[in-house]
Parts: sequence; structure tokens; C-alpha cells
Amino acid sequence: MTIRDIFDAMSYGPATESAAEAMAWLDTHGRRFGHFIDGAFTQPGESFATMNPATGETLAEVTQGSADDVARAVAAARKAQAPWAAQSGHQRARVLYALARLMQKHARLFAVLETLDTGKPIRESRDIDVPLVARHFYYHAGLAQLMDAERPGMEALGVCGQIVPWNFPLLMLAWKVAPALAAGNAVVLKPAEYTPLTALLFAEISREAGVPKGVINIVTGDGETGAALVVAKVDKIAFTGSTEVGRKIREETAGRGIALTLELGGKSPYIVFDDADLDSAVEGLVDAIWFNGGQVCCAGSRLLVQEGVAARFHTKLRARMDTLRVGDPLDKCIDMGAIAGPVQRDRIAAMVAANAEGDTHVAACAVPEGCFYPPTLIAGLSPSNPLMQQEVFGPVLVSSTFRTPGEATEMANNSRYGLAASVWTENVNLALDMAPKLAAGVVWINGTNMFDAAAGFGGVRESGFGREGGWEGLMAYLRPARTPRALKPVAPNPAPASAKVEGIDRTAKFYIGGKQARPDSGYSTPVWGAKGRLLGHVGTGSRKDIRNAVEAARGARGWAKTTAHNRTQVLYYIAENLSARAVEFAARLKAMTGKAGEAEVEAAISRLFTYAAWADKVEGAAKPVPMKALALALREPVGVIGALCPDEAPLLGLVSAMAPAIAMGNACVLVPSCAHPLMAADLAQVLDTSDLPGGVVNFVAGPAADLAAALAGHMDVDAVWSFSSADISGLVERLSAGNLKRTWVNDGRARDWFGAEGEGREFLAQAVEVKTVWVPYGEG
Amino acid sequence: MQTDNAHPAAPAAAATASQLPQVTPPHGHPRNPGQPLDLDWVARVQANTPAIERRAATLPGRRSVKKEYQAAWLCKAVSLIDLTTLAGDDTEGRVRRLCAKARQPVRPDLLHALGMEGLTTGAVCVYHEMVETAVRALEGTRIPVAAVSTGFPAGLSPYRLRIAEIGESVRAGAKEIDIVISRRHVLTGNWQALYDEMREMREAAGEAHIKAILATGELGTLRNVARASLVCMMGGADFIKTSTGKEGVNATLPVSLTMIRAIRDYEAATGYKVGYKPAGGISKAKDALVYLSLMKEELGLPWLQPDLFRFGASSLLGDIERQLEHHVTGQYSAANRHAMG
Repeated sequence: MTIRDIFDAMSYGPATESAAEAMAWLDTHGRRFGHFIDGAFTQPGESFATMNPATGETLAEVTQGSADDVARAVAAARKAQAPWAAQSGHQRARVLYALARLMQKHARLFAVLETLDTGKPIRESRDIDVPLVARHFYYHAGLAQLMDAERPGMEALGVCGQIVPWNFPLLMLAWKVAPALAAGNAVVLKPAEYTPLTALLFAEISREAGVPKGVINIVTGDGETGAALVVAKVDKIAFTGSTEVGRKIREETAGRGIALTLELGGKSPYIVFDDADLDSAVEGLVDAIWFNGGQVCCAGSRLLVQEGVAARFHTKLRARMDTLRVGDPLDKCIDMGAIAGPVQRDRIAAMVAANAEGDTHVAACAVPEGCFYPPTLIAGLSPSNPLMQQEVFGPVLVSSTFRTPGEATEMANNSRYGLAASVWTENVNLALDMAPKLAAGVVWINGTNMFDAAAGFGGVRESGFGREGGWEGLMAYLRPARTPRALKPVAPNPAPASAKVEGIDRTAKFYIGGKQARPDSGYSTPVWGAKGRLLGHVGTGSRKDIRNAVEAARGARGWAKTTAHNRTQVLYYIAENLSARAVEFAARLKAMTGKAGEAEVEAAISRLFTYAAWADKVEGAAKPVPMKALALALREPVGVIGALCPDEAPLLGLVSAMAPAIAMGNACVLVPSCAHPLMAADLAQVLDTSDLPGGVVNFVAGPAADLAAALAGHMDVDAVWSFSSADISGLVERLSAGNLKRTWVNDGRARDWFGAEGEGREFLAQAVEVKTVWVPYGEG
Repeated sequence: MQTDNAHPAAPAAAATASQLPQVTPPHGHPRNPGQPLDLDWVARVQANTPAIERRAATLPGRRSVKKEYQAAWLCKAVSLIDLTTLAGDDTEGRVRRLCAKARQPVRPDLLHALGMEGLTTGAVCVYHEMVETAVRALEGTRIPVAAVSTGFPAGLSPYRLRIAEIGESVRAGAKEIDIVISRRHVLTGNWQALYDEMREMREAAGEAHIKAILATGELGTLRNVARASLVCMMGGADFIKTSTGKEGVNATLPVSLTMIRAIRDYEAATGYKVGYKPAGGISKAKDALVYLSLMKEELGLPWLQPDLFRFGASSLLGDIERQLEHHVTGQYSAANRHAMG
């Protein structure tokens, strides 16, 4: 074309970023890579090709990691970890700062290599991924610096196995490696099979930052390698990827006493109200579902538009789709690059082909041959349509309409997932009313896909658990520094040779929905005192009782909406009423345990005061993010918490689990001490007189393992805690995989319920979810 | 679709649907006749500032033109410039010099190398007193003369004089009139007054095209910018224009995005295309490319023609000349190698 032709046509022409430097770097390794273990690249072994999905050309051969490779990497990390953790926070901060600076110095090389390996547009890797990576290391240099002073009494977990996906290979590496290193851990990271190159470049460059040998190890390979890492002798697994694999990892790590965080899939709603700036909301969708070709866990893939503006909005949206440019990812003038691989592309195509419902619009833009997929909108789907429920992980947007804010909330939350949500409205009342109601770890008001190292990111429900970013993200790589003590099983008092029966027969029932309830099973067990006296009978709880209790707890969701002041008053009132019956409770404890009960009653009253105090003092935060926006970290209740209460402290243990849960607005189903279950029936009477709404606290007594299984397997329970002296930690963790509920188990370790470790921030953290609400602001 | 706005009023001022021969391509679009003031529509206009700013901030990273494409786009930018002098010390000599530059905006040898002989700017823009001089200086060309009018830049001279000024400029030979709106009507939400003013100015201009200057730097919010844009289009503006160049803040990308989205909505509802003119503050070739890609992305190719898009600029041309020489020679250029205006 001549210049005059172009003058008339005003077409863009190619604007290709050079790949020469990235290719030259690959050449310096002979385009063959081993693993990075103990500060050096290993000899390449059995290998496979990593391709440029946009062209199909092989970029390099990388080594398929074996279980031995993983073991060597874990051993190197193990050796390096203690000295690394022993360094001062400031020393670690220097290393993380150097990593941040190196990311900036090599920014373009990282960006081009990332684009070559993933097929994502160079604009995204250059303007989004790499700057966020640098920002993440800067921020965590700061956390390392401040950690000793700000989080005393915490220690690193040890060796962390980290598995990251192919959609943001380098960014997810940063999200995993930066907090792990800041906290003093060593890592073994497995990049995704198809996109290992930036991790290898990062490993090479990390040597220039003064990262000690063995602190960062990279083992490449496919899912088998990942599986080998999951079963290796690590202290934590951090995984970002599919819900399906996350569930397997949950099962695989169950009972091993190791930490786990999962950042999984999503089907995030994108809600547009009729008073929104529709043009901006349309443009937001470009960043929501066509960012990285929709291969984003938090992609706004489920559009919900208020009915009155739906037609106008969809017209604008279709017109906008048609001007998207799909093509060479290295071209600085395209909006969408290649899909990460042919398998992914075919999967997207198959999911769309299987759908017959709705009105499909395929963007009228040119799409190159090969591993590309056009921006697609399928409008007018019913909530039951599989495409409204399943994650497509591609540039496919589905949409539906709603009538009212209430209906929008209901539709948005009608999902197994709970990662992110967008809300578009010019009404601040509506926006701030919606944000807490949406089941999601992140809510963006009038925006989408905003990320920052200071702001926590992560999901609820089957989108996983744990947060990345902020102090809350760092805590996922720390644990309280305590010498572990084994918890001895506590058995009920044995039946005496001859029963001592005194007084009127006493029937201890369950407490469900604010009412006393008989066990569904129709069975009861006698409870004997320390001196062989019959103290009463306790019902034998079963899964049906758990079902009823969970239903009652779910029905008490209004508790979450009461004011913190109200919850504070109720907790004080419980303490007051318990105090009024202190003598009786102490006597009861004495009869059960044979030991004086006064101290335990006093400790329980104090504990109630502690959480009454906390109820209105667990504060959210406004994170200083580098943009004109409030990034609010809200502390929200987890939902329904099931807890197996300590056997060894019948009253204090019960209160220690109950009080933090209800202080933070949760409802709970508590299984009292299996050795001394009658305490719950007594406490229920106190609750009954303390203005606590029915259903907020429920007691079901019975065999720990059976009830733990019922709670952990229940799909409507959001978290399970186990302080039981029975060996059920593994059971709880394994069965929680069903809905990927949060778990907090004792791994058979004792806790001093009378001391500082029996209460406080550790409990509160388990009783809340951090929801990050982004509210960009500005007018003018 | 805004079906409630789909039936525009019968053309009022421009029943003859006059078109400017200089700038209207063979298959040109009909002139916007305006429509009755639709306050419901005005009231529901929203403009979310942070979202608009994000789009504006990321656009330059999303679109890029290189090499011969960049040269062609810069030539296009030249053809869209309203080469402007609006200074108190303007003289006939100064204006004649400017007109000479409009006729030959880029060195002939460069235009020859680019195959772009005959390239001129879109128009010359002057104060009323300079219109006749400019018209004479541009005789024999297709370059129209635009006059700023209606008590430019504040728009606070007596109303009847402001209206009369339009007629004077048209009689003096101006084919385009850049009027300033009464900002106070926007700031007080008096849309009826703004609409009436716009209509009357449009009528006073007759065959000449009206560019309505919103003085966006004085309107306070993007929402006001969006609403004022809409009301001016309802009142029959042929173009909406950001600034006089005299406000503290002139054309910006967020303001531009807001105004051209209003243009898009207006076209969707009425079928009439309205032009856009960012003015003031655009002085770099790179900025011009961003504006062109913004127009292409948001409104499409018709808005890359001088009948629907202009740059109000005085120093932009100089930077473009240097970039074009760089394209031709491969070496970075200097200002003194290009003729001044």
C-alpha cells in the first residue's frame, strides 16, 4: 500500500514487537532447559517442547520433572530454608528489593518471553503482568522488612510447594514466591507444563538478586510432576488452577499436617444496573472477559443486565466486540492474542458448540487461522444453562437479565464459585449495599480486574481459600511459633460396676434452631461422673441431626447482618448469665472431670468478654493501592462453621470455639466434648436467656468421627474446625474437598485453652473472610 | 436503541440540507438538523469518571501505528488541522502567513517523497476581524475559513451582539463558525436555555457550519460535558468542540471520550452524524495519532474525515513536519528545517 492508500483507508498496519532478544536468551541455553535446583540449572533430562501457541513453533525443550527431581529440589529447599529464615527481615527485604529492581531492568525481556510462551498480547504482558510482578516484589520487600516487628511470634512454614497455571505464569509465580520468601520459606515451584519459560528466566535472574542457593527451586513438567510435588515432604502447598485439580490436592494433602491455599476457578458475575454508565460498562467487559482471551480465573464471564437497559446495552456491546482486534500477540495493536494451546481452544469450541440456547454473537473481526478463538457473546441464557454455571476459560461471555437488586444478588450468587464480581451503578448506596451481599472474595465497583500487591485476592466457595496479597496473604506463609505438644485422647468416664443414681432423671437434648431437640437416631448414651455417678444421658447424634442443625444455622443468616454492637451486647449478656450460674457450672465440671471447675468457668466468662470486646473491633482496612480507588478489605463472616470442640475443656473449649464464631457474625454447629457432652445442654440454657437468636449456635453431641464426617461432607457448611482429641484431622480435610470448604484442624496437637493461645487473632482470622472491595472514585 | 428519540424533528434551520463543498466527500452525510430538547434523555446520561479515565489511559497502549502507516496517519492529521491563530496581536500579515502555511503545510520535497502532493490543512481558524483577510489569502483553494464567534472566548457579551456576530462572520466569508456556549447554563442545569441558545445560533449561521465550543475545562464534571454535548447536538450543532484554548484545561482524552460517546449515542438515536473537534493542548504528533485511533475505535472511519473531525491546534503541525521528515530521511529533524506559519 502506498502512503496515499493508507491515508484513504486509515488502517493500522503491523506494529510488531521484536522477539529477537528473547530468542537470543533461549539460544544461550541451547533451547534446552533442565530444572533450577539449588541455585543452578540441572542437565536437561527427558524433555518436551514448549510452543508459541500463536505460531505453533517450538520455543524450547524443557525437562519433564520426575519424583526424584522433585525430591532433590525439596531437599535443596529444606537445607536452605532454616538459614534463610534465620536471616533478619531486613536481609530478606534486600533480596526481594533486588528482585523487584531486576524485574524492572529486564521488563521487556520478561514481557516478550511471556507473550511468546502464552500467546497473550504484548500490551498485557508489558503493561499489566510485568509491572504487577515488580510491584509484588516491592511490596513484599516491605513486608519482609516489617514482619518481625509487626507479626511477632510467627514463624515460616518451611518448604512450600507451589504450582502455578499457564494463564499468568510469571505473575502467579510472583504471587507465590514473594510472600513465601518474605516470610522466610524456601520454595519449589512448578510452572505450568505449557508455559515454563519466564519461570526459568526468573530463576536465572534470581541469582543476581542474592537469593541464596536452594531458596528458589523450579521444577518443570506436566501434571505428573505437580502430583509428585503435592506428595513430597513439603510444609505447604499453594496452588492456583482448576477446581478439579484443587479438589484432588485437597484430598491428597489431607491429614498430613501441612498448610494449603487454593486459588481456583470462577464464573464471576458482571452486574450492570440501569443507572450505570453503559459505555464504560461495555468497555469494562473488554477488560473483564476479553483480557487474556478470557483465560482468567476471575474473568467477568457472566453478564447480568437490568432488564430495562438490556437491549441497549447488548447493542452497544455487540458493536464494541466487532472492533476488537484478534491476532499476533506480539503486535502492539491487538486486543486478543492466541488461546494458550490447541487443547484449550478445542475445549472452548466444544462447550460453545454444545449449547443450543440463547442468541450467539461472534465478533465480526478477523480471526487468524490456528490457535485463536473469536470474542463471543451468548445472550439470553437461563441460569440453568451449563454455560451460566461452568467455567469456559475462554473469550466467551454469557448473559442474562434481572429486574431488581435483590434478583441480581440471587442470580449472581447462584453459583458454586465465589471468586470475583463486578457491579456497575452510579448509585453509591446500591453499590455499597451490593458489595457485601455478593459471594465473592473480590468485588469491583464500576471496574474489573483490578489487582494490587497490597490488596488481598482469593475466593470463597469452590473458588478456593486463602488470600494472596496484603498482610492477609503473608499470613498464609506463617504460623504461630509454638513447640508442638501431642494431644492425648480424652475418654469419657467409664461406667461404674454399680450405678449411682440420684435425684430426678435428667435428659440432655441437642440445641438446634434455638430449641431443644431429641436425637434423630433415637439412641442415647449414659454419661458417668468422675466418681461413678450417673450424670444424665446424652443423645447419640447422627448426620440427620447435623443436617437439621446446619439448616437452622443457615436460617440464622440474619445474625451476620446485625450490628457489631448488638453482637457485642449478646456476648456480654451470655457472660453475665453464665456468671450468675457460675457455682452450678463449676460443680457440674467437678462432677464430670473430678477437678475443681471454678477456674474453667471464670476462664470461659473471660473468654466471652474477650470476644465481646473483639466483636466491634475487628476492623477492615483501606489498602493504599496505586490508583485513585478505595480498596477496602472487609472482614466478613465465613458463614456456617462446624466445630468439633475440645474434649479436654468441656466448657471453656465450647466457648472458645463458639465465641469467636458468633462474634464475627457466623452461625455455628458445635459438637461438644465427646468425653463431657452434657456441658452443652447447660450452656444452651444460658444462651436461651441471653437474647441470642435461635439457630446462631447449635449443639449436636455424638461420636466425633461420625459428626465430623457429616459436617465436613455437608455442602452447605462453609468451614469446619476440629479441636477434637480423636484422630480426625485427616478425615475433616479429606471430606472438605466436596465443596472446598475451609478447614482448621489441630493435627493431633494440644492447645492450652487457658492461656493466650486459646483465644485471639488466630481464632478471629479463621472466623472471617477478607473481601476486597474496589471502589474507584473521581468526578471531573 | 433509544426508540423514544428515534424520530427527530423535521429539519428546522437547514431544510435545504446544505453541505460544505470543501469538506463533504461525494457521499457525504446529511447535516444534523437538531431535534426537540429531550430532557429525559439528558437526565439519564451518565459519565463514570474513573472508568473513562482508565479507558483513556490505556488506549495509547492498545493502538499503535508504525512506519509508512504512521506517515500516512500523520498526513491525515495534517488534513484535519484547523490551523489557528487567536491572539490579540494578530495582524493581516500574520494571518496571511498562516494561510500560506495552510496551503503548503509540509515541505514540498517531503510531500513528494510521501506521494502526498496537494495536502492542505482542514481549515484556517481566526477571529472575525481577520476573516476577510483569510478568505482572500485562501482563494483558489478548498480550504474553508472558520471564525470564532459569539463573544469568544467567554461568551458573555450581550446576547444580541453574539447572535449578530455570527451573521457578520458569515457575510465576511466564514464557512464555519466556532461558537462558545454559555457555561452558566450548564453549571446551573438550565438545559432549556442552552438548547434555545444553540438553536438560535444555528439559525443565525445559515449555510455555515456551527462548531459548538463547550469549554469543557469550565464545566466541572464529565457528566456535565456529556449532557452539554447532547443538548448542543439536539440544538443543531454540526460539530461539538472541547475548548477555546483559553481555559485552564483544554482537550483531554477523557473529555474527548465522553463527547464522542455522546456523538455515538446521538447518531444511534437520530441517524445524524455530528463532528468532533478537540482543541488546545494537542501539540505532539504522537498525541494526534492517539486521537485518530480514538476516533477510529469509538466512532469509525467517517470520523477520520475533515467533515467530521478537526484538530484545533497551532503548534501540532510543526511536530508532525519533523516526524514526516524523519520518516522520509531516517534521521531526526529540526524545527528550523520547516517553514514557519
